[in-house]
Amino acid sequence: MHELAIAESLLAIVTEEARRHELESVHIIRLQIGVLAGIVPEALTFSFEMLSQDTVASGAVLEIETPPVVAHCLECDLRFEVVNEVFLCPRCGQPDLKLVSGRELSLVNIEGETRDGDGGN
Amino acid sequence: MAEIKVPVVRNILQANERLAEANRRRFDEAGIFVFNLMSSPGAGKTSLLERTIEGLADRIRMAVIEGDLQSSYDAERIQRKGVQAVQINTDGGCHLDGNMIQIALESLDLQALDLLIIENVGNLVCPAEFNLGEDEKVMILSVTEGDDKPSKYPLMFQLSSVLLVNKIDLLPYLDCDVAKIRERARQLNGRQDIFEISCRTGEGLPAWLSWLEQKVRDKQQARTR
Repeated sequence: MHELAIAESLLAIVTEEARRHELESVHIIRLQIGVLAGIVPEALTFSFEMLSQDTVASGAVLEIETPPVVAHCLECDLRFEVVNEVFLCPRCGQPDLKLVSGRELSLVNIEGETRDGDGGN
Repeated sequence: MAEIKVPVVRNILQANERLAEANRRRFDEAGIFVFNLMSSPGAGKTSLLERTIEGLADRIRMAVIEGDLQSSYDAERIQRKGVQAVQINTDGGCHLDGNMIQIALESLDLQALDLLIIENVGNLVCPAEFNLGEDEKVMILSVTEGDDKPSKYPLMFQLSSVLLVNKIDLLPYLDCDVAKIRERARQLNGRQDIFEISCRTGEGLPAWLSWLEQKVRDKQQARTR
C-alpha cells in the first residue's frame, strides 16, 4: 500500500530532473528495486500511472530491475547470495552480516525528449 | 527534438531519509532514546505501552506519539496513564513518515524527556520502509497471528532490534509454535533480542523493561560524555 507514497516521491524526483535537463517529456524511467524493499512492482506502476497523468512523465514506462540479495559475512569475509531470506553465513553460520544489495529503492536513469531542436511535430 | 538518456541515480525515499536524519539529530542533541513500535493491528502495541508506562514512569520521563488512521482512542488510553501523547491521524495513510514526526515534535518539549515512543500505524508491511529518526525499531508479533508471519513479512523482522512475542498466556489454546517463530526470526535477523510476553498477565515484561531502561541510560550517557 505504501507504493503510492513511493510513487509520489518518484514523480517529484523525475519532474525535478526533467526540468533540470530540459526534457519536454519522459518516456522511460529505470529503477532498481531490491526484493527486500517490500515493493510490489505492479502496485508501484499503477500508482505512478495514476499520479503522472498530465505531467511531464505521463505515459512513461517504469523499467524495474531487481538486484539479487547479497550479503557479506563480517566474520569470515564470505560474500554470498541470500536464499529464502536466511541471513546467516552459509560458511560459518553467524549472523553478523553487511547487506551488499537487495534493499535498493533507486532511480537509475530517465529517457525523454528535449525541448530544443527543430521544434517540429 | 532529441531523445536523450539522463543518468540520475537517486534514492527514491531520499526526501524522507533527510527528514528522518533531521529528527535523529534533535533526538541525539536532547539525549533521548526513541523507538518506533510496529506490529499488525491488534497485536498489543497500546497495551504494551500501558504496561511500559506502569513499569518505568516513576523513573523515566516519557512521551508517546500515536499514529492511527483515524480516532484518538489510543492517545486517550496513554493520557489516562498520565503520560503526554500526541496523536497523528494519517487519514488512511498506512504508515508514519519523517515529516509527520517532525510536525508532532512541535508539541513536545524534548528537553523534558528521556524516552520517546512512536507507536506506528498497525500494519506489518509499510511502516518498516520509512525511517523516522528512531534509535531502534521494535516489533510485536502476537501468537494469535500464527507462527508463519516471519516468513510472510520478512522485512520488519529483519529490521527490528527487538521482537516481542505477545499474548503467550493464550498459547495453550493455539497451534502457534513459538520455537518456530524464534528459529525463523533468527534466520532473518540473528542479532535480534526476543522477549516472550503477556501484556495481560505481565509475564515476561521485566526483561523487556530492563532492556528498555538500559537503552535509555546508554543514550543519556552518550550525550553527557
